[in-house]
Amino acid sequence: MPIENSLHINPASKERVFPPVTRIGILGWIRKNLFNGVFNSLLSIATLFLLWKSVPPLFRWAFIGSVWDASGAACRQASGACWSVITSNFRFILFGFYPYDLQWRPAIAMSILFVLLFYSRDRRHWTKGLGLAWIGGLAAMALLMMGGVFGLSSVESAKWGGLPLTLLLSVFGLTAAYPLGVLLALGRQSRKMPAVKLLCVLYIELIRGVPLISLLFMASIIFPLFLPEGLTINKILRAQAALILFTAAYIAEIVRGGLQGMSRGQYEAAESLGLNYYLTMRLVILPQALKIVIPPTVSTLIGAFKDTSLVTIISLYDLLKTAQSVLSDPKWMGFSREAYIFIALLYFSGCFSMSSYSRKLEKELSVGR
Amino acid sequence: MTDHPGRGPRIDSTGSVPFLLDPKKRAILYQAVVLCLVGLLGYYLMSNTLANLKKQSIATGFGFLDKPASFEIGEAPIPYSAADSYGRALLVGALNTLKIAAVGICVTVFFGTLIGVARLSTNWLVSKLATGYIEVMQNIPVLLQLFFWYAIFYEMLPSPRKALHPFEGIFLCNRGVILAVPHPHPAYRWMLFAFLAGMAVTYLLHRWVKIRQERTGRSFPMVYAAPAIIFGLPLAVWAGFGAPLKMNAPVLTGFNFKGGFTLSPEFIALLLGLVLYTAAFVAEVVRAGIQSVSRGQTEAAMAIGLKPMQVLTVVILPQALRVIIPPLTSQMLNLTKNSSLAVAIGYPDFVSVANTTINQTGQSIEGVALIMVIYLIFSLSTSAFMNWYNKRVALVER
Repeated sequence: MPIENSLHINPASKERVFPPVTRIGILGWIRKNLFNGVFNSLLSIATLFLLWKSVPPLFRWAFIGSVWDASGAACRQASGACWSVITSNFRFILFGFYPYDLQWRPAIAMSILFVLLFYSRDRRHWTKGLGLAWIGGLAAMALLMMGGVFGLSSVESAKWGGLPLTLLLSVFGLTAAYPLGVLLALGRQSRKMPAVKLLCVLYIELIRGVPLISLLFMASIIFPLFLPEGLTINKILRAQAALILFTAAYIAEIVRGGLQGMSRGQYEAAESLGLNYYLTMRLVILPQALKIVIPPTVSTLIGAFKDTSLVTIISLYDLLKTAQSVLSDPKWMGFSREAYIFIALLYFSGCFSMSSYSRKLEKELSVGR
Repeated sequence: MTDHPGRGPRIDSTGSVPFLLDPKKRAILYQAVVLCLVGLLGYYLMSNTLANLKKQSIATGFGFLDKPASFEIGEAPIPYSAADSYGRALLVGALNTLKIAAVGICVTVFFGTLIGVARLSTNWLVSKLATGYIEVMQNIPVLLQLFFWYAIFYEMLPSPRKALHPFEGIFLCNRGVILAVPHPHPAYRWMLFAFLAGMAVTYLLHRWVKIRQERTGRSFPMVYAAPAIIFGLPLAVWAGFGAPLKMNAPVLTGFNFKGGFTLSPEFIALLLGLVLYTAAFVAEVVRAGIQSVSRGQTEAAMAIGLKPMQVLTVVILPQALRVIIPPLTSQMLNLTKNSSLAVAIGYPDFVSVANTTINQTGQSIEGVALIMVIYLIFSLSTSAFMNWYNKRVALVER
């Protein structure tokens, strides 16, 4: 410090000389980050101009001129957004056709899910107890949704809809697709069983080559033909199966990448310890391989979460479809922007928390590498 | 993975290995079991399906392709009417899919690269905006985005009579975007030929330049020559034909526009949705590619005296592209597959036409099979190209 200070003191005037104001503080920051050079300055000015042109009107539309609690007719007079399309139809958008006075049940089911998810965030809580809690929680959620026992009146699955349906398709889809994907990847990497390998390769390439919508069509139109007469499987379950089969193929390719990233030495070391195939995979290969593919796995899972919205096309009443059916009501026609922005916010918060959690997990797991 | 004494099969006194303990025989047994199960499942589903089809008296086979489709298609790149066959309707659908995919891919690559570069910009504002764009677009389902843009189109834009008219020759209304296009003239056909010829010439020139550079070390300003040839030739042809300037401008007659070129709201909403969504992913791919080339490469290239443009074309791009191209192709493929969501907003792509066909004929199995086969052809040809490309650009290691 003393030496540095002496450098800043002008010996003649004995006064401290500060760096020019354009180099430090806010001014310095602006100069360094926005106006370093002619091109960047022009770019900054153009961007600021565009923001100045677009943000205030948007703000006025969304907040100042907006209507939060009015009828559709009153909304049309307002200058801004009509958020009443959400507030007036909030429960329909969230729960679909679930009987109105029973909607506390899906609400509790979702709360259980959120509490479990929140509690599982911390890796220190990952114990056997938590696993049991998840199993119990999922069972409780299913009971609450279906009813039929403990004096709960039963609600058929055709009436499920809205956010609970989206979450159901996602949670079960992701948890079932992941192990299936790992199995497929192991099958594809198998060296001793060419027939199994061929089947896995065919499956993975076929599924990855077609759009999800074709699988959903298959689930909704063709699948009933596959079953013997008299046996029907409900539509939600069929769509769920299509989502699982689709996501599993993508997970398989990612896990394969992880498996290929393992050095031969790992296999040889496991073998020299006398571990058989199952133990080699469970104790040596998979823990490492799955760890290195966490980032792409999470982006696939996020993709699967977003893809659940496609069930709208086969007319399952997920979050997007309930919003659309509100919009097809003549009273609320023409307020699509508000409704879609609301749904987008819900999806965004789900996906964003998943991706930021994956970044955190990645950081934690890479410690000590 | 060879057997060795430690875990090898136990050998009994006679010297033969018990059947279940021999890994090779066990593998065969497992495979036989798996194949049997798959075969049985297939047989079971097959027999059920046939019984059901018979019971519901649904026709099988692809005979319906020759029957008249009797439905109209909103936009068709080839002449089509309701009297044409299902086969032709499906062909129209496939061409529409190709159209949206081709246009979408071109725009996405351009826009995505722009965002990716913007994200790496030293300009704080621009880089933060690009990051925000990527985060928001990646985290919202593409189907929702399609609905949103479509809704913007038919809810916010006025009827043709009150169409917005931002520039000369462009009208925006809820029937789509109507553009003025050049009046037909023989010059345009020759310009297209000139353009293709320019591409061929550029390709040959590029080869010659490469060979000459390897032999003599002399470089050639390809960066300036290529655009000059590709765009200069058609321009020269255009000037040679007397520079025709006559435009076919849209005119409002009654309730709709006559003349000009109309882009339907469905097409634009689909294009906008697919491009804005996929561009966010392409931007991340481009950013990763650029960041994968270390700064030392630039510095080394400058140290041996290459000009900035040469640094880019000879040193940076070849290395960055090696990282960029594979994930970029898979994004292109994603865009193509996502274009199947057109069915939700009513753009007549292949899936949409096939869906109508299924509803009319009841032959769902054939319809879905056709959808799958078409997309498999797209995917497999793309991956064949990728394998070829990867072999070409792979690092030659010593």
